[in-house]
Amino acid sequence: MMTTRAPSLLYKSNVLPVVTIVFAIIVSWYLGAIYLNSPQLIDRYQKRGVDWSFSQLAQDSWSMERAVLPAPHQIALELKKTILDKKITSKRSLVYHAGVTLSSTLLGFLLGTFIGVSLAVGIVYIITLDRSLMPWIIASQTIPILALAPMVVVVLGAMGITGLLPKSLISMYLCFFPITVGMVKGLRSPDPMHLDLMRTYHASKAQIFWKLRLPAAVPFLFASLKVAIALSIVGAIVAELPTGGQGGLGSRLLSGSYYGQTNLIWAALISAALLSATLVTTVGYFQKVACRRLRGGQVFSQ
Amino acid sequence: MDLETEQSDVVVDINKLSLIFETSDGPIHALSDIDLSIKSGEFVSLIGPSGCGKTTLLRVLADLEKHSSGGITVNGMSPDQARQQNAYGYVFQAPALYPWRTVKKNVVLPLEVLGYSKEQQNELASQYLDLVNLTGFENKYPWQLSGGMQQRVSIARALSVEPQLLYMDEPFGALDEITRDHLNEQLLGLWEKTGKTVVFVTHSIPEAVFLSTRIVVMSPRPGKIIDVIDSHLPLDRTLDIRESPEFLEIAHQVREGLKAGHSYDDD
Repeated sequence: MMTTRAPSLLYKSNVLPVVTIVFAIIVSWYLGAIYLNSPQLIDRYQKRGVDWSFSQLAQDSWSMERAVLPAPHQIALELKKTILDKKITSKRSLVYHAGVTLSSTLLGFLLGTFIGVSLAVGIVYIITLDRSLMPWIIASQTIPILALAPMVVVVLGAMGITGLLPKSLISMYLCFFPITVGMVKGLRSPDPMHLDLMRTYHASKAQIFWKLRLPAAVPFLFASLKVAIALSIVGAIVAELPTGGQGGLGSRLLSGSYYGQTNLIWAALISAALLSATLVTTVGYFQKVACRRLRGGQVFSQ
Repeated sequence: MDLETEQSDVVVDINKLSLIFETSDGPIHALSDIDLSIKSGEFVSLIGPSGCGKTTLLRVLADLEKHSSGGITVNGMSPDQARQQNAYGYVFQAPALYPWRTVKKNVVLPLEVLGYSKEQQNELASQYLDLVNLTGFENKYPWQLSGGMQQRVSIARALSVEPQLLYMDEPFGALDEITRDHLNEQLLGLWEKTGKTVVFVTHSIPEAVFLSTRIVVMSPRPGKIIDVIDSHLPLDRTLDIRESPEFLEIAHQVREGLKAGHSYDDD
């Protein structure tokens, strides 16, 4: 009986599916590395006039200095080198650069949340804003952030504002949108009967907001915050491209591509992904706490 | 009855009331020429098929809907003023509990809005949760309760501000018959105990006859009153009374009234 228990546990938890997918990705990555790096290598073999076997080709394509696609273990090594072996304060430490990106991400996220919620409240309560603002808000998101980011950085730089703020503003620009949309939907989500109930009590607008609309909007808010924090990190990294000198994962991506250091690019990319996953998970944790406090632990999805 | 001679006992007075909804398909006469006066302590049921305007009439009384013409007073005031003075408690078709609030927090919601002190809130909440037999469920969330219990919470919530007037809009319509019977008995006991004036919307003949002192039969298109039937069943009645000849006689009258309304509709 003991033998049947172990696999069932494995199936119930998400360990097995995750491990399977990771394994599949790694295998196809190694194969992809051979496929993408082999033309260069074969070229080199032919120039030197050496005989080569497939195993030789595989080995060489997994250990190139500047591979088109570095192998996973090379990236892991690069990560170890730049995360564990360097001092955190060093300009070559990815932890340092992740910290730079994180600070502008979080500031942008806070600004975006504040602006997003304020806009949503305005839109829900003021008809004029509802009619006039929403088209602009939607239009703002159709502008490619890649085109806008350098302009914002350059214009603010000319005004003497540099450092954290311009980058945070770009994060904010990306992440306020889902928050506004989610909050508008959330603030409008109460049932007509719930609103009628407040009317029978002759409740004021402020009371309806604090006791009904806001609590009803919380699940919508958290769903939006999860999207927003991921966008916020994208905004911070994009903003770091034109301000390369100031550090951040974006600047590492840029210098990696200048010097053809693909290992560095991939290491920075993976750091960004890990950072993003950590932030989304953190928001998810706060969501759980809030929901437990809000509805006595009832599972609800939105 | 000597009550009828005393004008001051009239709680709700409706005079030639009409309500017309303007829709894109033209005006709809939701209520037409309604005359009705309800005295203190009465239990009045509004009964009729769907679309006869019984819920609309209750909503007009509660100032959740505006009438088009005619007169209406609640406690001698306009419905708007009566609402602002919290003259009534309203029980909706669904419990309409706030899912993020516990049972107790739901019951004290109107008290919070009206600015009662914490002590008063606690006292009234426990008093009225006890009245609907829900002591011990204070800290449960609505989703942890059955439909019947949820509706009892909403009744406790309506009673917590201690209004003299209670509006109930098909409060047990969504419940199974066994639960509904049980709650009908409880509601009857509650009405006897508190002496409140109740206006009760229903589409169930046995429910209306069992609970009411007066049954107002309505018909649709346009919503109007067809018949008003007095009922003098003994106060200490139980569900068994539904097999008594008196009960069946009143139920028969109500059914005849509804039929009359319907034949009008078919013309």
